[in-house]
Amino acid sequence: MLSTFLAVLRRDLLLAWRGRADVLVTLAFFVIVVCLFPFGVGAEPNQLRAIAPGVLWVAALLACLLSLHRLFAQDHADGTLEQLLLSSEPAALWVAAKVLAFWLSTGLPVVAVAPGLALLLDLEQGALPVLVLSLALGTPILGLLGAVGAALTLGLRGGGMLLALLVLPLFVPVLIFGAGAVEAEASGTGAAAHLLLLGGGLAGALALAPWACAAALRISTD
Amino acid sequence: MLEVDDLACLKGDRLLFRGLAFRLQAGELLRVAGPNGVGKTSLLRLVTGLALAEAGEVRWQGTPIRRDREAFHRELLYLGHAPAINDLLSPLENLRFACAAAGDGSDEEACTQALVRIGLANQLDLPARVLSQGQRRRVGLARLFLSARRKLWVLDEPFTALDVKAVADLAQALSDHCAGGGMVMLTTHQDAPFAVAPRVLDVGAYAC
Amino acid sequence: MNSPERSRSIFRFAAPHNFYPLAGRLAPCFAAAALVLGVVGLWLGFFVAPTDATQGEVYRVIFIHVPAAWMSMFVYLVMAFWSAVGLVMNTRLSFIMSQALAPTGAMFCFIALWTGALWGKPTWGAYWVWDARLTSQLLLLFLYFGFIALTRAIEDPRRADRAGAIIALVGAVNVPIIYFSVQWWNTLHQGASVSLNKAPSMAATMLLGMLVMAIAAWMYTIAVVLWRARSMILERERHTEWVGAVLEREAQGGRA
Repeated sequence: MLSTFLAVLRRDLLLAWRGRADVLVTLAFFVIVVCLFPFGVGAEPNQLRAIAPGVLWVAALLACLLSLHRLFAQDHADGTLEQLLLSSEPAALWVAAKVLAFWLSTGLPVVAVAPGLALLLDLEQGALPVLVLSLALGTPILGLLGAVGAALTLGLRGGGMLLALLVLPLFVPVLIFGAGAVEAEASGTGAAAHLLLLGGGLAGALALAPWACAAALRISTD
Repeated sequence: MLEVDDLACLKGDRLLFRGLAFRLQAGELLRVAGPNGVGKTSLLRLVTGLALAEAGEVRWQGTPIRRDREAFHRELLYLGHAPAINDLLSPLENLRFACAAAGDGSDEEACTQALVRIGLANQLDLPARVLSQGQRRRVGLARLFLSARRKLWVLDEPFTALDVKAVADLAQALSDHCAGGGMVMLTTHQDAPFAVAPRVLDVGAYAC
Repeated sequence: MNSPERSRSIFRFAAPHNFYPLAGRLAPCFAAAALVLGVVGLWLGFFVAPTDATQGEVYRVIFIHVPAAWMSMFVYLVMAFWSAVGLVMNTRLSFIMSQALAPTGAMFCFIALWTGALWGKPTWGAYWVWDARLTSQLLLLFLYFGFIALTRAIEDPRRADRAGAIIALVGAVNVPIIYFSVQWWNTLHQGASVSLNKAPSMAATMLLGMLVMAIAAWMYTIAVVLWRARSMILERERHTEWVGAVLEREAQGGRA
């Protein structure tokens, strides 16, 4: 039953490893965007500390968005997508595998370097675990929602900008709860509610997005 | 048996063909013919269920393919224009993935043999980006040797970019598949040495 | 291209074929109703309704602002509804309806934002505050833009229809989540924000004026959507016989 899921997961991870330059570019983008803020708003530590959760989250979101168009583009171009759609297993399953591989190769590195960047912005040390946790819960939601957008804009002229226009409004709740969690922890009010809502959002996105994405892929390859 | 009734295909806002109907019985080899742009590839994609027909129906063993997509796809092998080869993977990795994703066994031994048989013995572990057009096609075609249990083969221009010997081998494999009770539906602009002359379906006759 | 055989094959367009003349007859009626109600509503709002005790004359912008905001949200739901119908029943007219609705919804959204800003300046002292309501309205506008951009970017009408339907449904699922999250965010950041609906004791004429304006907006939407759907049908079915006949008849009518 899971053979397609596992095959896709293994292959996409292998491809991510062979094309690891792409992952590094995404990471570099994340780091540079965060480093731009002190130049823009000034290096006053109190101010940086105040905006740190939002900056880290917005940068993570943009890094994720930047690599989303890669999710199906290559498979669409070389015909692999057609073959996957002809698999006798439900498309939602291997879509989930692709998103999981995408998150492991793009989201997880972002989550991993975020605490280091948080130190640059002088974020409250106690809030670091919450930062990591909120990103770990939130970035998969971004991947799942973004996959639907990537599937819909497959092969379109200017697909990248269109993808951003489609998915950015949908990312807002994730941003609100994600950055909110870090801020709440830093200000001492506790982040449990935010994290629970993010977890609920992840469960909801996991249940719905792969189906929507599979339907979108069938429409886009028609 | 594959039954196609009253099929119409819309491309953009242009109707390519309509009223197209045929039957494909076990052991038959059907060649889809017609000039460029008449809708041969579109017809193949409609038959596989990848594309949505404007009108009409495709049935497999009596059941519309839309109703039981999974059962149909278990018995279908479709090789399209694009060979579904990723440049970063070796032919062996590509083939094993294609088989595993489709739900066929992806046993390394069997896959290696299939690649050797199709003439890629020396390229097994090279990245696919260094292969020639013809060699890439062969990687895709190697699946034919691993998919004998799939009854219906739908092949879009399988002979393109192959040399004479490879064409003969492939024609033999297709004939064998039919002799074993399978069905083959293909498009080609080339004359291939089939054991039995294929039936011809002229899409041009249904063009709008 | 225009062979009779071609057009006969598009049997399934029977519905648009019947819809076209019907819409043509109905649209002017709705437009007339919209005009009359709009004039009555504005008259009620600007001349009959009393001046607000706390906000003065400025509050009168609600006679445009509130109906526009209602419509912008409602139109999105209707759009999502038609998209779902289209995906389930595979009816082309539903997709046409949802795409015809989008520009009107976006326009109402924009009007609501614009009038909100004009109202905000004298009331809050700023054209824009990150109030929960305004922010959700802004995000709704982006959702409309996304839908319109996607359906326009895809050349194949069938793919455009179905892809648009998916994003409309995804958006509809997300609208309550967005609204909830923005409200949550807003209460955390703003503390006591000025609430728009705490207008103290609304006079009956105010309410009446707003209702009349809301109905006028409805009538306007229906009329415009019918007209837009008509031209979309003509464009999509330009190769069919009946569209040819319609165009010929209208050309003759124009000359006579």
